[in-house]
Amino acid sequence: MSSHAHLENQPLPAEPERATLEGRNKITGFWLFLAGETTLFGTLFATYIALRNQTLSGPTANELFDFELVALATFILLVSSLFSVLAVNAMHKHNVKALQFWLFATVIFGLAFLVLEIYEFNHYTELGHTWSKSAFSSSFYALVGFHGAHVAFGLAWIASVIGQLFKKGLTTVTAPKVYVSALYWHFIDVVWVFIFTVVYLMGKVG
Amino acid sequence: MDWLTTVDHKKIGILYLLGGTLFFVLGGIEAMLIRLQLMFPESNFLDAQTYNEVLTMHGTTMIFLAAMPLLFAFMNFIVPLQIGARDVAFPFVNALGFWTFFFGGIMVNVSWFLGGAPDAGWTAYTPLSSSEVFSGKGNDFYAVGLQIAGLGTLMSGINFLATIINMRAPGMTFMRMPLFTWTTFVSSLLILFAFPPLAVGLFLLTFDRLFDANFFEIGAGGSAVLWQHIFWIFGHPEVYILILPAFGIISEVVSTFSKKRLFGYSSMVFATLLIAFLSFMVWVHHMFTDGLGPIANALFSVATMLIAVPTGIKIFNWLFTMWGGQIRFTTAMLHVVAFIPTFVMGGVTGVMLASPPADFQYHDSYFVVAHFHYVIVGGIVLALFAAVFYWWPKMFGRMLNETLGKLAFWLFFIGFHLTFFIQHILGLIGMQRRIFTYLAEHEGWAEMNLVSTIGAFFMAAGVILYVLNIVITSLKPRNASADPWDGRTLEWTLPSPVPVYNFKQLPLVRSLDAFWAEKMAGNKEMTPAEPVGPIHMPSNSILPLIMAFGFFVSGFGFMYAKHDFANDFVRMLFENHIVSIGGLVITAICMILRSLIDDPGYHIEPEELESKGVKA
Repeated sequence: MSSHAHLENQPLPAEPERATLEGRNKITGFWLFLAGETTLFGTLFATYIALRNQTLSGPTANELFDFELVALATFILLVSSLFSVLAVNAMHKHNVKALQFWLFATVIFGLAFLVLEIYEFNHYTELGHTWSKSAFSSSFYALVGFHGAHVAFGLAWIASVIGQLFKKGLTTVTAPKVYVSALYWHFIDVVWVFIFTVVYLMGKVG
Repeated sequence: MDWLTTVDHKKIGILYLLGGTLFFVLGGIEAMLIRLQLMFPESNFLDAQTYNEVLTMHGTTMIFLAAMPLLFAFMNFIVPLQIGARDVAFPFVNALGFWTFFFGGIMVNVSWFLGGAPDAGWTAYTPLSSSEVFSGKGNDFYAVGLQIAGLGTLMSGINFLATIINMRAPGMTFMRMPLFTWTTFVSSLLILFAFPPLAVGLFLLTFDRLFDANFFEIGAGGSAVLWQHIFWIFGHPEVYILILPAFGIISEVVSTFSKKRLFGYSSMVFATLLIAFLSFMVWVHHMFTDGLGPIANALFSVATMLIAVPTGIKIFNWLFTMWGGQIRFTTAMLHVVAFIPTFVMGGVTGVMLASPPADFQYHDSYFVVAHFHYVIVGGIVLALFAAVFYWWPKMFGRMLNETLGKLAFWLFFIGFHLTFFIQHILGLIGMQRRIFTYLAEHEGWAEMNLVSTIGAFFMAAGVILYVLNIVITSLKPRNASADPWDGRTLEWTLPSPVPVYNFKQLPLVRSLDAFWAEKMAGNKEMTPAEPVGPIHMPSNSILPLIMAFGFFVSGFGFMYAKHDFANDFVRMLFENHIVSIGGLVITAICMILRSLIDDPGYHIEPEELESKGVKA
């Protein structure tokens, strides 16, 4: 029976997220999930590109978008992604305190991004760019809103991971969760880079 | 209760088999209603609206709720056994995938009792499907129900992929995997890349229908053709998601019953990958008559015709496998031998349809109906029946009755060709797809439709015999040996039915057709790759079922948010999105519980292995 408990008694391996088969499965599965998410966002992007000039009587992209606000949001989200890199680095050094700190910083910056986005949507609605206004507005909110929903989900998720680190500490069970949530956060970041390009830059100049 | 909480891939496989059979029977009844309505000209058996609902539900049910889960049943049950694994990578997610599929399927079907089923065709073309002006409440059920079922499919697809990548037994390299495992792998890849577009398409459709969005609303700048692009970029890979595992089944059966290694194994793998790649390059061939221009049509036409090449490779490989083999005409093999010419016929009409100038004539006619029934029934369904007869002893420990099976096969096979061959001609002389009745003046239509309906009765009789066979067999004692067919792959090294932990010791794989190679080397069983030890098993859980139920509740909440309920309290609940959000909260709570409470699982000790669990 002693063989069952061997993992708990051993020191944590260098890459605790890959120490067990469950952990490795989780990481493989999650990469696959992200591949699926890529096609999901790809379809939303295609929808947006197809409909982005159908503004009818509503405001156009060029009239709506404000670069300063979007640049600030982009900066905040990219930095939060950096924080999650630092979190995974801390995990590899088995420094739970630093790991929690950086995850916490990720959440705070993610939250700030989300607040900016809510402000932005609210502002657009006041300008007459409502969900039902035109095909352009529907596809804009669908694409950017899906991303925002992903951010919100990611925040709740990372917050729960921080809580679990307090309760259970860094183990071969919690480590894959940290790693996978960081992957998710980077993915959200990459999607935003494309949104910045396709929606905002192309909206201003295209 | 055990069945509701199980995370065992074998039990989940059996659940998929039961769920798929349930929906297969429903879809079959709908098919019979279609044929009864078309049996005579100017028939009033069904009215036009009901006919639209029946034909929509027939297509939707058969593709999403029958063919997919029936294939998933075998993928779930057989693939871990073929790669020498004790379970799939994510047993919990596996259960979740099944229950979300099941609740999604139930949701689409309860529409019959709640104001009418979807009526815009299984392809749900907009604006027909997206506007209340043209179509009924049923299309809400289509959009939301398929969304939920599709989520389950996507989860299962990821699960199969991770399982095959990470859980193979020592020595089981990719190029030693049985072809059914290979096709499951590739088919899951297609699921991974094809189902998210479907999810987006259904989201957009739901937004248009329920939340006044404008994606497909032409008056507000939306595009009806956009739906067709999104639907078919999912829809074309979808047919390969279905046919590739069927190819895998055919490959397993043909090799076993020819007592030969599969001819051209590596070219088979290559052809499978090539078909998968091309399947994403051809979606516009469903839209040749949209007017996308000669360049688009020509490109997609050539890409479509290219698919005939890898498919042809497969056909010849099967023929060459049989060539010079010691063929045993068991019921399973009979289905496979019938599959080959039938599928070739479906393939040939496919190449005909791939030519845009000719397609302008065939488009939306019964020629198309005949074509896809030749590939789906003549391909997937025959392969599924072959799989049922081939793997039944492994799954349930009983041999199906061969005589009854052959009788059912002949009824079904003759009925199939009687029903669908003549539909090619009906299409060529002008009978349009999806019309609910026709005039007696059309020369030949009445006679040919009658023949087609008679054929459908043969098919129905065949299906009843298949079911009867299963019932009779299940009343008899367990009689199957571990290896009744003189099999070649790892699943036949295990007792029938398979113990809960699958492999007492993980096997060491030394060759393609691992078990056959050991037999040829004079061994009775596989060389173990590990000593006998305690086996770790995941605990059962009710959470997957509750999570799926949460989606189900939420779906109803969204669909009926604007409904005018007589009861004020109920209206308040729906209007304020308490039901829809509440459903999602149920799901979220289950997710949190699953995340917070670690599952330590349990161990089966070596001394228990001898006595335990010859029960599936």
